[in-house]
Amino acid sequence: MLDNMHTPQRLSEQLETMHRLLSRSFGLDGAPGSIRSVAYGAFPEINVGRTPASIEVFAFAPGIDAASIDVTIERNVLKISGSRASAIPQRDVQVQLYSNERPEGRFSRAVTLPDDVDPLKVQAKYRDGILRVSIALSAAAQPQRIAVQ
Amino acid sequence: MAERTELTTATSAGANERPVSPAVDIFEDAGGITLLADMPGVSKDRLDVKLDGDTLSVEGRVELDMPSDMRALWAEVSVPRFRRTFTLSRELDTGRIEANLKDGLLTLRVPKQAHAQPRRIEVSSA
Repeated sequence: MLDNMHTPQRLSEQLETMHRLLSRSFGLDGAPGSIRSVAYGAFPEINVGRTPASIEVFAFAPGIDAASIDVTIERNVLKISGSRASAIPQRDVQVQLYSNERPEGRFSRAVTLPDDVDPLKVQAKYRDGILRVSIALSAAAQPQRIAVQ
Repeated sequence: MAERTELTTATSAGANERPVSPAVDIFEDAGGITLLADMPGVSKDRLDVKLDGDTLSVEGRVELDMPSDMRALWAEVSVPRFRRTFTLSRELDTGRIEANLKDGLLTLRVPKQAHAQPRRIEVSSA
């Protein structure tokens, strides 16, 4: 769609955007919605999973300097925040903008964690634009094998 | 046997799933057009930028290193593939497209043909 440059909001483009938003899921069927969930299309998008030993949070936040991402846990609420700079040259009058779908500026999302996590055992890694936060479950919540005497 | 089942499932899921369009920014300056596409989870070896005639296509497979014993609690992202195509116009120099992928952000630069770059036309006074 790089041609036909004078009508950036053509129907085909609007359909493309709709398809982009609709093809993302709303969350898993049957899973209860969290009070901290937000309208979809929020940035960054988040997936959450649980293993026997941890809670895994994946935030899809491409093109961000890892050092500028803030990850905090307070009273079992995990907060991921930071900001993403605009890639579009701002002051150049020569620049013609055709599409600006990528979210920019400050972002912040919160995830309620289960009660049985250990907020002191957290790891965060950023790779290929995905931030992965692993929060260990407290020892008492992890499955244990009980020796039979 | 178990391995084979897993492979089949992975392939059929990939084939049935309609890819998601990545969000893009596109802008033009005097020298050419710049396109930025958000493709989180796509690494260099899973990215495919193709030019077929005047159609530029961008495709990437998402790689999520999920633990095998993980159970999903909440999922906003479920499609494992990004794809979007663009039609280029003739004044663009398709032979000199540059692509760069960093932190899941793809940046494409499509320069204009030298003769298509703007030049100032001198107005002579009689």
